[in-house]
Amino acid sequence: MITVHNLTKTYGQNTVLNIEQLEIPKGQSFGLVGNNGAGKTTLFSLLLDLIQPSTGHIVNKDVQVDQSEAWKPFTSAFIDETFLIGYLTPEEYFYFIGELRGRNKADVDALLANFDDFFHGEILGQKKYLRDLSKGNQKKVGIVASFIGNPEVVVLDEPFANLDPTTQIRLKGIIKDLAAKEGVTVLVSSHDLIHVTEVCERIVVLNKGEIVKDIHTSAETMKELEAFFAG
Amino acid sequence: MLKHFIGLQWKSFFRSASFKTEIWFKILMALGALYFIVVFLGMGVGAYFIIEDMEIGDPLRVVNRFMVYYFAFDLVFRYMLQKMPVTNIKPLLYLPINKTKVVNFSLGKTVISFFNIAHAFFFIPFSIVLLVEGYPPIQVVGWHLALMALFYCNNFLNVMVNNKNAVFYVFAVLFILAGASQYYQWFDITVYTQPIFDFFYDMPWTAIIPWSVLLGMYYGAFSYFKKHMYLDGGLAKKQAEAKTENLEWLDRFGNLGTFLKNDIKLIKRNKRSRTAVLMGFFFIFYGLLFFTGALEVYDGPFWKIFAGIFVTGGFLFSFGQYVPSWDSSYYPLMMSQNIKYREYLSSKWYLVIIATIISTILATFYIYFGWEAYAAVLVGAIYNIGINSYLVLWGGAYVKTPIDLTSNKKAFGDKQAFNAKTLLLTLPKLALPIGIYALGHFLINPTAGYIFVAVFGLLGFVFKEKVFTMIEGIYKKEKYKTLQAYKQK
Repeated sequence: MITVHNLTKTYGQNTVLNIEQLEIPKGQSFGLVGNNGAGKTTLFSLLLDLIQPSTGHIVNKDVQVDQSEAWKPFTSAFIDETFLIGYLTPEEYFYFIGELRGRNKADVDALLANFDDFFHGEILGQKKYLRDLSKGNQKKVGIVASFIGNPEVVVLDEPFANLDPTTQIRLKGIIKDLAAKEGVTVLVSSHDLIHVTEVCERIVVLNKGEIVKDIHTSAETMKELEAFFAG
Repeated sequence: MLKHFIGLQWKSFFRSASFKTEIWFKILMALGALYFIVVFLGMGVGAYFIIEDMEIGDPLRVVNRFMVYYFAFDLVFRYMLQKMPVTNIKPLLYLPINKTKVVNFSLGKTVISFFNIAHAFFFIPFSIVLLVEGYPPIQVVGWHLALMALFYCNNFLNVMVNNKNAVFYVFAVLFILAGASQYYQWFDITVYTQPIFDFFYDMPWTAIIPWSVLLGMYYGAFSYFKKHMYLDGGLAKKQAEAKTENLEWLDRFGNLGTFLKNDIKLIKRNKRSRTAVLMGFFFIFYGLLFFTGALEVYDGPFWKIFAGIFVTGGFLFSFGQYVPSWDSSYYPLMMSQNIKYREYLSSKWYLVIIATIISTILATFYIYFGWEAYAAVLVGAIYNIGINSYLVLWGGAYVKTPIDLTSNKKAFGDKQAFNAKTLLLTLPKLALPIGIYALGHFLINPTAGYIFVAVFGLLGFVFKEKVFTMIEGIYKKEKYKTLQAYKQK
């Protein structure tokens, strides 16, 4: 589904990302871990064509992302709060995203109904604008919005941070289902090794911009990761 | 303790993002500040002699007469622009610092704000001129001190009523009514207010009254803030109750409607964009300066076209000019969502067009000043729609200033908006239509001048698709730079 070719990103003398080859097949739940500055967000930003690669390119379902915009209809993402429109209510935001993705109100409402327990009654009908919601609730809105319109690729940067334990557990279930049942390619980054090992069938460890481990998740994965990060 | 506070303040000023600009811009800013100081100083020194020349009475009494408007303007400006002192208190709350000290410092900080100092540039020279002209020193000093206290009262009044929009609008309406009724000589508020200001002069010891009021207000503001210095109290951000709006009537425009809906909400729900629209609205009346012959310098024929462009282009200039920046806080979303640049741009274009048409309709009252005045407005509208609407979108690609929608800071211009490219693009916006008009005016006659400008505007309309393709290309090229710039708040 996603192929990375000789991708590098350099700021001045500083190479922040250098990936020779990476292939993510369709329907895989893909986890990206690494310390701060490892290049996780850089990779996701390159995938979404928010920054330009220094060399190489990324192909998302036969579309080279820095050449054509044709990847947009089947790709969705939540990276940070710059993906939210602060002056809209959550409902308006969902409908807005829905309209952009060719889904009418009823479609969006039907989708949202599945996330009732995820929202925990704190999102819909609260008479609040997104900018006035708490960080955790904003994140819930952004994550759910990225599921609207049956995307084939979903990119979530640090989805577990700022969420309460109950929501974390629910989110894990949702992500697993997306990949397993609906064949969605889910890309998740996280600092939390436990979450990633639970959710993702494949884990890639980035260190200073380079892939240092590419693991198919198994019972030993957690130990292997801990050993690596303990240094 | 004070040393720490002042140190923090110093750093926050010199390390603020807006301060780190190129040196030439700093020089320009300094020149700008100097200009205003000189203007105020000039007014302070000159006011006395100008009023004396006009022979409408004792200059001091005349100044006293209109002082009430000066104060009202001051309040309005403060309300709209002066920043509240509470903003940076939060990190100090849990530190071992007396609350009294924090509040005193925050309030004290407002005392040296520009909004207070600026008046000194008028009043000090004015008072000096009074003294030189032989007014009794004690009386002048009493008057001066009293007014100074009153300006500081305004300062604390503003601190206390801040964010109470209802109070503000009632006040603003009363103020406008007073001004209008004075103009039409129905009711003269200054008859009642002048004695108050005269009083401070006639009996200088009464200056003690405004000073006691000031002390009272300081104390009031102090205890109010001290009492409310909690995160869920005075330091809490005001949250407006949100209402979900459907605006379904816009659905018929398809994808365009989706964006228009969003833009309407953007304008309605954010302070900064509301200010821009309000400014655009006031531009409609800008033409009065030209068509009423109020100012002689504006009597030339070309100024009429200039006025026409501004009257109908208020929204275009105040809102359109910052086009992608309105979406700066969520630009990464717009760039990765299923959005085509062309649709995004054309929705903004339609918004500008609709606003221009509304302005043109509202400006119908210019017919009162003769057909030529309204012809200038109409021609200006056509040129705005046909040419300027593209130019603002084009210029927008280079304006990479993130906009904080929730604050009015920088609403009256932003240094980063003035880069060489946008400056160059203002030329065709204003100078070109004047030039075209001049061509017709001198070669044939004034009517031909109007027709020339209108034809030029219509031509622009015809080439819409071509121009859009070009603008789209520029936006695409600038996309990464823009994303990068919006990140830096």
